[in-house]
Amino acid sequence: MSAPLVSLIGVGKKFSNGVEPLAKLDLAVREGETLTLLGPSGCGKSTTLRLIAGLTRATRGEIVWRDAPPAPGEIGFVFQEPTLMPWADVAANAALPLRLQNAPRALIASRVREALAQVGLSAFSGAVPRELSGGMKMRVAIARALVTRPKLLLMDEPFAALDEVTRFKLNDDLLALKRDNSTTIVFVTHSVYESVYLSTRVVTLSAQGGAIVDEFDIDPALPRDAAFRLGVDFAHYAHRAAAALQKAIGGAAS
Amino acid sequence: MKIFDAARLRAFLSSDDYLPAKVVVATLLLWEAVVRIGGVQEYVLPAPSVIAVKLVVDRELLLSSLMVTLSITLESLLLAVVCGVALALAIAHSKMLERAIMPFAVTLQVTPIVAIAPLLLVYLAPSHAVLVCAFLVAFFPILSNTALGLASTDHALLDLFDLYRAPAWKKLVYLKLPAALPQFLAGLRIAGGLALIGAVVAELAAGAAGQGTGLAFRIVEAGFRLDIPRMFAALALISLTGLAIHAALALATDALLSRWHESARRRGE
Repeated sequence: MSAPLVSLIGVGKKFSNGVEPLAKLDLAVREGETLTLLGPSGCGKSTTLRLIAGLTRATRGEIVWRDAPPAPGEIGFVFQEPTLMPWADVAANAALPLRLQNAPRALIASRVREALAQVGLSAFSGAVPRELSGGMKMRVAIARALVTRPKLLLMDEPFAALDEVTRFKLNDDLLALKRDNSTTIVFVTHSVYESVYLSTRVVTLSAQGGAIVDEFDIDPALPRDAAFRLGVDFAHYAHRAAAALQKAIGGAAS
Repeated sequence: MKIFDAARLRAFLSSDDYLPAKVVVATLLLWEAVVRIGGVQEYVLPAPSVIAVKLVVDRELLLSSLMVTLSITLESLLLAVVCGVALALAIAHSKMLERAIMPFAVTLQVTPIVAIAPLLLVYLAPSHAVLVCAFLVAFFPILSNTALGLASTDHALLDLFDLYRAPAWKKLVYLKLPAALPQFLAGLRIAGGLALIGAVVAELAAGAAGQGTGLAFRIVEAGFRLDIPRMFAALALISLTGLAIHAALALATDALLSRWHESARRRGE
């Protein structure tokens, strides 16, 4: 197996107020995989993403990149909330990462067109965020993260605030995106369903300190569809993920 | 087609179209009627028609005073915007500066301007003192609102700008300034009204010292001469100036925010 894209070696994070979401985490992200970090609230999932993105610094251990440390634009980030600029229209929101890098106008226009097409929002490029539904706003946030064609896409519970039907749809869309791009994805969720449906590997973190409780691969190839969701394999994996989550909270697996 | 249609007039009067305008007109008519029927003397309470005539007859005097008051108000407002926004930016940049400056800003804000005006007249030429008075009352709402707006920028968006390693000036221009715009405009609307109040208060104080030709001074002067209609005429111009400033700033707010901000959104849309 080739060397992992990025490795967290004994990484810990302690905030100045004494809270320690991560004590000592060892985690390797393989190129091309969709890795889900599953765990209860406060287990350090989001902190792990922020550490990989370079938005915060580890207080212990180190983060090792296989190649050079990522340049701006090589990492995409999708937050829990869409976090769009309410005064800017859809195209301007999606264009932001490229504008911040002083990309040429023509490149920005073609990349934004491409990214909006990927998330099915081509017809809405002139709309402002308040004119969009919650699911559409999240699609804009995903288009914004894709516009630089990142090597690594970090997603922090992006669909947690959406209703179940919208979430199903966006899950399928994310799988379709994955089919068209080879982007490596690290996806954080507390949903057993999402973790199994979307990812090729599930890592479950414990409630305190973010220790790895369980880790397993999910073999059926991406993209998956309703047949997988309704099949026996899915139930099997979901049972394992649910048991791991139960253990992470501190209870015994049933 | 009939020129006068009683049924249509009644329908118009009983509907709530143009309700504010109707109330104003009705109030003026009632005022006129009370003065005429009650035989109230002009020097006690002049009728609206008398005040209107006074506005026309004294137009040169009153218009030149209006320009004085208006230019002081607008100059002080402009000065308050420049200084308020600049200081808000400095405060947003440094918590230490905020703690150092806020006691002075709050003290100036809570001290009634009427009490400060005579002192300013001691130290400054009357025209400058009036400007500084109006500036002092208009400055604080712009400072505090803009500082609040800058401080409440979405943290996740700031993270996003950090992710793409945006320099500080891009964070300011692309993110913090637009994010603070609604609060800045709220502060500006308050400051617009206060600048006029500050200008009038300072003119009153300066007028007692024998200087100034603004509208407030005209009120004092007309009072000495018992020219009550002219007092009302000058007062009406001050009110209209305040209304015009309010309307202009409300229109500007609407034009800048109507598409994206909740405050400008009609419910159910």
